[in-house]
Amino acid sequence: MKKETAIKIVLFIFFAIICVLVLIPFYAVTIASFKPGEDLIRYGLNLRFDISAMSLDNFAYLFTGEHSYFSWFFNSVLLTVVQVALTLIISATVAYGFSAYEFKGKNFLFICVLLIMMVPFEILLLPLYTLTYNIGLMNSYSAIILPGIASAATIFFFRQYLSGIPKEIISAGRVDGASEYGIYIRLILPVMKPSFAAMAILNGMNSWNNFLWPFMVLSNANKYTLPIGLKTLLTPYGNNYDLLIVGSFFSILPIFILFVAFQKYFIDGMTAGAVKG
Amino acid sequence: MIKRFLYSQKVAPYVFVLPFILVFLIFWAYPLGSSLTMSFQKMTLGQEAQWIGFDNYTKLMGDTVFLKAVINSAIYMVLTLAILIPFPMLFAVLINSKFMWGREFFKSSFFFPALTSVVVAGTIFRLMFGEMEGSLINSILGMFGIDPVKFLKGQITGYIALVALATWRWTGVNMLYFLSGLKNISEDYYEAASIDGASKFQQFTRITMPLLKPTTIYVLTISIYAGLAMFIESMMLWNGNNSPKNIGLTIVGYLYRQGIEKNNLGYAAAVGIVLLAITMIINLTQLAFSGMFKKED
Repeated sequence: MKKETAIKIVLFIFFAIICVLVLIPFYAVTIASFKPGEDLIRYGLNLRFDISAMSLDNFAYLFTGEHSYFSWFFNSVLLTVVQVALTLIISATVAYGFSAYEFKGKNFLFICVLLIMMVPFEILLLPLYTLTYNIGLMNSYSAIILPGIASAATIFFFRQYLSGIPKEIISAGRVDGASEYGIYIRLILPVMKPSFAAMAILNGMNSWNNFLWPFMVLSNANKYTLPIGLKTLLTPYGNNYDLLIVGSFFSILPIFILFVAFQKYFIDGMTAGAVKG
Repeated sequence: MIKRFLYSQKVAPYVFVLPFILVFLIFWAYPLGSSLTMSFQKMTLGQEAQWIGFDNYTKLMGDTVFLKAVINSAIYMVLTLAILIPFPMLFAVLINSKFMWGREFFKSSFFFPALTSVVVAGTIFRLMFGEMEGSLINSILGMFGIDPVKFLKGQITGYIALVALATWRWTGVNMLYFLSGLKNISEDYYEAASIDGASKFQQFTRITMPLLKPTTIYVLTISIYAGLAMFIESMMLWNGNNSPKNIGLTIVGYLYRQGIEKNNLGYAAAVGIVLLAITMIINLTQLAFSGMFKKED
């Protein structure tokens, strides 16, 4: 019994130390957001908690200053919401097609779903860039949303989930005279609700943090999303740390709040792919 | 008539999967195909392309900057694999043990860094690894009497910063993967093993590790992919795609430099095809190997 307590204490201390290491960057950025940007340039990012050097000036600047931060923030929210809604609806529909029917070419098409998941997206950056340029979608949110609208990983997850739903629902619907689409919309979608939460969070996180492709496509400053906007604060001629640090801090907040509220779904969403690997 | 056709049980499945077929053809198959064609062309945006055969590839073979990028990506991949598989696995096993206090708390705090965007995380790490005496890492080294290090100007220290960033962001996620794998292992195995007198360590190597194999293969596959395709981390740490002596240049970074910054689309496409080939070869070899082990079981 005593030995068990000793093991518990050692384990706890071990994890507590790692936990401190993990949280240090968050702590550093949090206290830096209360210090003037010059401090950062002069002394570097550090852990010094010096109440006399700290103020709410950066936050005041964030909320009242002349800059585009909240337009970036709003763009990110808009893009994330639209992208997640469209991706979920379309991916779920496709997944239902794969799960409910036997049809010619089904296996081949499903292999295509797996292929997408295996090839690095980065390879397609340039041809997608020229394609976007040629069809005149540069600088539009459509160019960001469309390529991922039938998301392979999301289809894969929904199909797994649907395989656990009894097929009798579908045949019962047919007996009652519902059309093929009516069955999906009225009978299946309501049953799928729980799986939407995990996928909404996974896709939402990816979309909120998405950087490279939007960065290439969007050149018009008033369309910038939060990560792109924050990146523009870093220039070769000097960095706007006043806004950068407090802005970074503030960009983590909404995700942090969502995470605390829906932790279970975050974890389900993140590990969805690994379950049946 | 059309309505009856669209509503029939034979046609409905195609209607359901149609969006995928369209996206696959337009945004995947076509770009991949044009990437392949572009790699045999001399091409700039908005201009007529010229066929030049294998010239891009032969030029790549002798391109020392490209070689540097490949080496950087390979080293980064190996280092992240060496850290981001064993440690998360160990943490998962420990956190899952009955001796653990505060399990849920640790699980979420380890996962938390994954929620930050690379832009934010990269900026924080760039500042933490700053070269001033007062910068976070240097101030800690200072406590041990070590002089300030210019992390982002040296090759080895540059790798350390990159790998530290990856470790910080992904340890918690990989730990969650292993935890979900552990959930599928029945307690009965461990009970039987302890009755037979197997030590905890033996139980780990003989039961846990083999039964976690599917999870390990999954984590390995996505880590190889992520390691070889890494770019934005480097871009954020060095505040752009230009690091001193290219110490932070990666394959995708080179693709970006040639394609977007220098408008050398054909050459950049060849870089992409080489990356695709490397990723495929490594991952297929890895999967074949793990499949071979399976037959032995």
